[in-house]
Amino acid sequence: MWYHKPVVNKELLQSLPNLRIVASSGVGIDHLDLNLLSSFGVKVSNTPFIVSTDTADLGMALMLASARRLVEGYEMAVSPDTEYFPADWLGAEVSGATLGIVGMGTIGYKVAERAKAFEMKILYHNRSQRKKEEESTVGAVYCKKIDDLLQQSDFVLLAVNLTPQTHKLIGKRELELMKPTATLINISRGLVVDQDALVEALQNKVIKAAALDVTYPEPLPRDHPLLKLKNVIITPHIGSATKKTRHIMMEEMTESIQAGLAGLPIPHEVL
Amino acid sequence: LNKKVQAIYLWWHKPVIDRELLQSLPNLKVIANSGVGMDHLDLKLVSSFGVKMANAPRAVSSSTADAGMALLLASSRRLVEVHHIAISSSMDYCEADFLGVKVSEATLGIIGMGRIGYKIALRAKAFEMKILYHNRTRRRAQDEQAVGATYCKNIDSLLQQSDFVMVTVNLTPQTRNLIGKRELELMKPTATLINISRGAVVDQEALVMALQTGVVRAAALDVTYPEPLPRLDHPLLKLKNVIITPHLGIKTDKATYMITEEAVENILAALNGLPMPSEVLPS
Repeated sequence: MWYHKPVVNKELLQSLPNLRIVASSGVGIDHLDLNLLSSFGVKVSNTPFIVSTDTADLGMALMLASARRLVEGYEMAVSPDTEYFPADWLGAEVSGATLGIVGMGTIGYKVAERAKAFEMKILYHNRSQRKKEEESTVGAVYCKKIDDLLQQSDFVLLAVNLTPQTHKLIGKRELELMKPTATLINISRGLVVDQDALVEALQNKVIKAAALDVTYPEPLPRDHPLLKLKNVIITPHIGSATKKTRHIMMEEMTESIQAGLAGLPIPHEVL
Repeated sequence: LNKKVQAIYLWWHKPVIDRELLQSLPNLKVIANSGVGMDHLDLKLVSSFGVKMANAPRAVSSSTADAGMALLLASSRRLVEVHHIAISSSMDYCEADFLGVKVSEATLGIIGMGRIGYKIALRAKAFEMKILYHNRTRRRAQDEQAVGATYCKNIDSLLQQSDFVMVTVNLTPQTRNLIGKRELELMKPTATLINISRGAVVDQEALVMALQTGVVRAAALDVTYPEPLPRLDHPLLKLKNVIITPHLGIKTDKATYMITEEAVENILAALNGLPMPSEVLPS
């Protein structure tokens, strides 16, 4: 299963009596009804760890591109109307700024490792606190309350799973807690953010900018306001989109399918 | 008024410092530059008028290194290209066409390991990149070990092994056209060139050829020659595998502030006859 297609619903499962396994690409399984699949005796696998570095890299790419106004800068550099580069055109400094990571799993932690090298101050919010050694390696400070993270961060990066608990985790209230100079980066799932509230926050300068690899739906309808805002960068869900990683994902999916069909223990099974 | 001017704070290469200007300012003691590059100044000429010069090396290094990494990452994942597709009015795309190049564990070759080059190495290390570097002189063993960098005395071996080549040298007569047809052909066809130094360090025409014919995969340039590039049909403005940014290496709020601080320190020191923190001497 690539890019969440085909849609796995009761109708499909009923029409495929001999279906043994659904191998899903990537780590997220929010698009699958695990209980439903289980009731049909169908096993599920994903490709959890291989996507982590590329997704963390993309998180950093989005943060840097947004902070330094890369897309706007490119458009200025290539525009037929540009005669000179204005001296007062400035971006925001990433080095030494505060990054708040919401969701410190494998991906969140890899982002922290990278951000540390930019001398960023790192805050994180997670269901549970990480071990002391893990925190000190990246210099990350735990924020039990997400509010504390939101109020202090220059960049807020979302790296949680999508679950009923994280659905619309970032809404009007959370956006208003953020600094007006802050940037929201989302590499998790579109539904983690209340998208309408985000549009309003961006239009009213409640926050400065957003950089989104994920939206709801994907792709957005063509007249959606997010597509027109100057302070928004959108990428088409490319978190794991490198040749190398996609190759390995395919290998892992094939392994899982072969094991599933042979009745053997399935690597990367999702229970 | 001319007699009153004792210091010039040069902002983005203006005013132009030529013989005429120097002759008209008899009491000029110091010129402080708002950045680290001094290639726009005739150091010998200025010095011959007894005027001291300073740049701002400390203030620029983090922002420029950040910009270098921003360009490397944006190019590797085709950020600008896919952003435009994501917001375009057409929905006619295939997700499988968006594949980029993996950065983590790839090999980065840094040409010019000064302050900026070293800060890039520190950042790249966190991405688990393998780091090679070429420099006029080798760095201390501790510096190399801290970032896991391997010295390439010969630039060729760096070019042949790197997936990303980052150029961070000064512009001098020795580095003009440092990256030309020969160097580009030594690079891997899957490699990316990132230039955050000066446009003239790269033979621009050779680069255009190399990009058009697949000799290298892509380029990301914060600097060109001239800046901006001529609007009428310059090939670099149209190539899909090129990201150009408007010399934004030091253009952040923080860097601007720190550059001005550094410039003022140097100016005050010069006017008071004290040693200047970042004096630049004609070599």
